[in-house]
Amino acid sequence: MDYYVQGIFMLAGINLMAVLGLSLLTGFTGLFSFGHAGFMAIGAYASAIATTMLKLPFVAGIALAGVSAALFAWLIGKMTLRLKGDYFCIATLGFGEAIRLVLDNFQALGGSRGWPGVPAHTTMLNIFISVAIGVAFLANLVNSRHGRNLIAIREEELAAQIAGINVARYKNLAFVTSAIYAGVAGAFLAHYMTFIQPKMFALIKSTELTIIVIFGGLGSISGSVLGAVVLTFLPELLRAVDKWRLVAYGAAVILIMISRPRGLMGGMELSPRGVKKILAERRAKRAAAAANAETASAEIGSES
Amino acid sequence: MSERTTTLSPGSEILEVRGLTKRFGGLAAVSGVDFSVREGGIMGLIGPNGAGKTTIFNLITGVYKVSEGSVLFRGEPIQDREPYLIADMGVTRTFQNIRLFKNLTVFENVLTACHLSASYTLAEAALRLPRFRREERALRDKASELLKIVGLEDRAEVTASNLPYGLQRRLEIVRALALDPKLLLLDEPAAGMNPDETEQLMRLIGELRDRFKLSVLVIEHHMDLIMALCERIVVLNFGMKLAEGVPDEIRNDERVVEAYLGAPAGGK
Repeated sequence: MDYYVQGIFMLAGINLMAVLGLSLLTGFTGLFSFGHAGFMAIGAYASAIATTMLKLPFVAGIALAGVSAALFAWLIGKMTLRLKGDYFCIATLGFGEAIRLVLDNFQALGGSRGWPGVPAHTTMLNIFISVAIGVAFLANLVNSRHGRNLIAIREEELAAQIAGINVARYKNLAFVTSAIYAGVAGAFLAHYMTFIQPKMFALIKSTELTIIVIFGGLGSISGSVLGAVVLTFLPELLRAVDKWRLVAYGAAVILIMISRPRGLMGGMELSPRGVKKILAERRAKRAAAAANAETASAEIGSES
Repeated sequence: MSERTTTLSPGSEILEVRGLTKRFGGLAAVSGVDFSVREGGIMGLIGPNGAGKTTIFNLITGVYKVSEGSVLFRGEPIQDREPYLIADMGVTRTFQNIRLFKNLTVFENVLTACHLSASYTLAEAALRLPRFRREERALRDKASELLKIVGLEDRAEVTASNLPYGLQRRLEIVRALALDPKLLLLDEPAAGMNPDETEQLMRLIGELRDRFKLSVLVIEHHMDLIMALCERIVVLNFGMKLAEGVPDEIRNDERVVEAYLGAPAGGK
């Protein structure tokens, strides 16, 4: 495969890794975060410390990235998850920016000039394997009672509580899990670019991840996969229009969101069970419509 | 009036509320309310709008923190517990303004609420280990069974928000039953229903009580439902208990008639 195309695929895989976690948090649990680039930064720097300073293998770097992101998320979650909706969102935004600013001023790790010389460990194969594990884990999670509890929180928090769901614990579970995904993505990014700089993990990166999740469709894993691939490739394909590239990118995203307001997949899944569910829902809707029409005509009949 | 003094033997009460008080700033929404629900009984809670009925539900289920007084469930104080723990103990409710998981199907709504019947861990789910598969199958069976009992099985795959109003209320009740509750709190279950649907609902509540050995506390404005269904009734007004007794006593209580029922007493 072309070196350039391969590179884009790897970037798409890295984005997807982070997006999978955010999909769990935003798409399935209904919490918005604008600080996930912060967790990517933690993962990137932690893994770089592991592979360069501690001379550990890449796998250990990835593990360290996940663990440190999880640790930060757990602490932040404990403090902020009691906040409702918008307030939680602002708290994550503050966290993301704080991480970036700390790294900007942390000279031992290169400060704002960045940190060159991270080994190029990221390959097509190890990204593919990690993403496959990530997708499988997420799919199994959302189809279990734990995943259903998260979805219940998204749908109706008060009712979820009354149904015996420990809302605080499950929100933190979603937050920590999503941070692990972001941390691992950060590790792959660091070892793909071989150079990391705090600027790479600014607010715009967090926003990009959230855009991909919404673009792909909230509550859909296949939507997130599709979204990550499409939105990583799109800016590259648009290189033809040169400096109008980002304008065209924005226009394309807006157009797709207008034509598919629930995102590309919008709550549907491209899986045997998902397709079956879509078909069953269609059938049920038709049956319900028929039943309603019948009762309506019966009522009209009895009135006349 | 003599019947009001019927004393219940201790231990036969599933819920006991003592001196229950809730203040929002300077306003006492509920103050010093006492009552108890007999094991297996159906108790009605009535009163004008703003009398504090739903607030009492929120206090019992832990949604609001109690300012003063106590709530005893099977003799155990539960007023300081988190809502999910109270639900786990066997107290659950429906809502005045229906709160379903709107974008999920009827089946998924019930299946989600069945979660306490399974105990597999996150890791077991991630690796799809045998216990996960076994318990998950049991959960699905339980959800189907419950839907069959209330006659929603042919709507299992319909999205909850697409159900007709009456069936949404019914679904909320089954979702509550999925927790295997001992005490069910129904907040205006017949609101917006026509007399036919109300009649059906009444029969359903009675049947479910017998089948699941429930105790029920119900808030309702449909007086025929309350009078026919409940063994005892508590009347609230301005956050305080105005009266308590069997339906006939309540119907003939002058204070209740004045505050709430509004019809002249003894209009034979």
